[in-house]
Amino acid sequence: MSAAPPAALADPMLPAPWRVRAVRRETADVVTLDLVPLASGVPCFAPGQFNMIYAYGVGEVPVSLSGDPADRSCFVHTVRAVGEVSAAIAGAAPGSVLGLRGPFGSAWPVDAAAGHDLLIVAGGLGLAPLRPAIYRVLARSERFGRIAVLYGGRGPAELLFRDELAVWGARADVTVAVTVDHADPSWHGHVGVVPALIGQIGFDPPNTVALLCGPEVMLRFTATALRAAGVAAERIHLSMERNMKCAIGLCGHCQFGPDFVCQDGPVLRYDRIAARLAVREI
Amino acid sequence: MSPTAPPGPDAQTAPVLLDRAGLQALVDALVARGFDVIGPTLRDGAIVYDRIADLAALPAGWTDRQEAGRYRLERRADAALFGYAVGPQSWKRFLHPPEETLWRARRQDDGFTITPEPPSPAPFAFLGVRACELHAIAIQDRVFLGGAHRDPGYTARRQGAFLVALNCGTAAGTCFCASMGTGPRAESGFDLALTELIDAARHDFLAVAGSEAGAALLAVLPTRPAGPEATAAAEAVLARTEAGMGRHLDTNGLKERLQANPEHPRWDEVAARCLACANCTLVCPTCFCTSVADHTDLAGTEATRVKRWDSCFTADFSFIHGGSVRASGKSRYRQWLTHKLAHWIDQFGSSGCVGCGRCIAWCPVGIDITAEAAAIRAMPGKAVGEGKGGNA
Ligand SMILES: Cc1cc2nc3c(=O)[nH]c(=O)nc-3n(C[C@H](O)[C@H](O)[C@H](O)COP(=O)(O)OP(=O)(O)OC[C@H]3O[C@@H](n4cnc5c(N)ncnc54)[C@H](O)[C@@H]3O)c2cc1C
Ligand code: SF4
Ligand code: SF4
Ligand code: FES
Repeated sequence: MSAAPPAALADPMLPAPWRVRAVRRETADVVTLDLVPLASGVPCFAPGQFNMIYAYGVGEVPVSLSGDPADRSCFVHTVRAVGEVSAAIAGAAPGSVLGLRGPFGSAWPVDAAAGHDLLIVAGGLGLAPLRPAIYRVLARSERFGRIAVLYGGRGPAELLFRDELAVWGARADVTVAVTVDHADPSWHGHVGVVPALIGQIGFDPPNTVALLCGPEVMLRFTATALRAAGVAAERIHLSMERNMKCAIGLCGHCQFGPDFVCQDGPVLRYDRIAARLAVREI
Repeated sequence: MSPTAPPGPDAQTAPVLLDRAGLQALVDALVARGFDVIGPTLRDGAIVYDRIADLAALPAGWTDRQEAGRYRLERRADAALFGYAVGPQSWKRFLHPPEETLWRARRQDDGFTITPEPPSPAPFAFLGVRACELHAIAIQDRVFLGGAHRDPGYTARRQGAFLVALNCGTAAGTCFCASMGTGPRAESGFDLALTELIDAARHDFLAVAGSEAGAALLAVLPTRPAGPEATAAAEAVLARTEAGMGRHLDTNGLKERLQANPEHPRWDEVAARCLACANCTLVCPTCFCTSVADHTDLAGTEATRVKRWDSCFTADFSFIHGGSVRASGKSRYRQWLTHKLAHWIDQFGSSGCVGCGRCIAWCPVGIDITAEAAAIRAMPGKAVGEGKGGNA
């Protein structure tokens, strides 16, 4: 069991001002921001948790932490510009100020996975919320059995963290497999969907913990493939996405069956949600 | 948690009698103590809760007739002040207002500063809170005060509130509190509880205190001791109300059936009638969902965040990139009913329905929660009944 996620900040609806210290462009529409608080220290967070980020006058949206939990100098967020608020956040210039509430939500069970083979499976932007877990795992990889990172993106140009994937892939203690839906001439790797990678790597299914993040269809197919391979449903953990307005269990927007994804999730155990995940429009 | 919270029936004081002038003295005493006194009034053909200072504002001699999709006021034969069931509004409007500014942000050279909006000044006193409404308030207490994070505005308004309950003397055709275990008797969670006793010979209010604040206030009012006859008359009022309850909801096994039947054909059938107008969620005293909206002034120097009631019946409610999770009317009605009568129990330890009947009366097409629940309950379902997911 990983340590309980740290409690959120005092007034839960009041954003605190954080300054953009650095901006790195990841892809055409994705940037990574380093944020430092103006008035407090950087709180602890657990891999898998998210913050509510506010762009002045525009709005506030949930964004996962994507940095190293051991780095207490800043919060790192990786944001894709898909609409008004995310575009305002992704467009924030170095030195500008954003509002931030959090961290909120449940965590990847990294410590509980010790002693097991570990499959980290990401689709698209889903690699960002998993990156803190990867950092924590790789910091003490001897605690785990075989470790694999499986990652799928639409095309080579949409892949996140390619330099880091190469660095991880060069290590002896982790297998990295990357696939794209549509290749371009520069691509010499796998082509196809992420679940197809599962059969290509060695792991011991009855002794495997899997962490999944990506679009809901990808989660559904990957979980089904893992079950078919013999991974126990209670060792499959996936991060869900729902509309969120408060992140503290008060606004009702994020409900997924009896769960509030903001509090009970975003990381949920597959055996407890498999039935409703199979139903459309829950 | 709240000043009116725990006392059970045994913590209540011995009953006393107030006459009509005594009830006015109660209102006067509350006003004198700085309360914003809210009670039932007549407006636009309905009984709604509003600020009152004088009992003359109460709908004396009126009653309500309610059926699926129907609400109508009628004259009573007497001048009872509380001779009706419930109107379209509930006390939710005051404790959890339809719109609330959360904070203001001011732009500065170097970013911005955010200041929380101060809570509204005067504490509320509510006159005539029905048993189902006491339960609805207790349910919203669990939502807004009982979790890991409290709602600061609700906390402030709720802590200051003084609750004068009223044991119902009339049940509407849409009422089903008796089957939900939420009425018609006000059992706890009030400062004072009244029963209106009216016949040719008298017009009195049997009063008991349910808190120290209630007892202290009662002590300064012009009361008479209530003899066994008055107590028996009050019991008879409650027995008559319970017998007159127009509807019934059988909750036995309902949670499991609802959670096991997301693909029941009845969902399609009700969706064909439901207009997704959200009336049911707005009139419901327990529905708590909100959204937030961000605004800036024209110069862009001040930005505000406003919280507003929202409804699971709207398309925006479940929107995530490119589409709503619950795009169909079927999925929205299913979400509402399943949340109310099933998931709520997993989330907050009780049903989200107190049997007030408002959603039945105020549905423009007369959709009846008791009929919809009964239809699903009648269908045997395999009991998947997933509880909360969590990750522990
Ligand atoms: C737990 C969690 C973690 C997330 N982590 C990341 C991350 O690390 N990086 C990232 O780029 N995005 C992340 N998202 C998605 C991000 O919140 C949405 O892209 C964002 O809300 C879109 O807002 P918009 O106003 O720019 O877009 P619009 O499409 O204009 O959306 C309008 C409104 O709908 C809601 N909304 C739309 N899409 C989503 C969505 N996918 N999830 C929740 N609410 C939505 C928001 O309230 C938004 O303001 C996460 C979402 C959740 C729930
Ligand atoms: S669901 Fe209907 S009957 Fe139940 S508390 Fe809400 S409005 Fe009243
Ligand atoms: S059930 Fe009735 S009140 Fe509720 S959204 Fe549908 S039509 Fe409107
Ligand atoms: S985001 Fe408001 S309840 Fe989860």
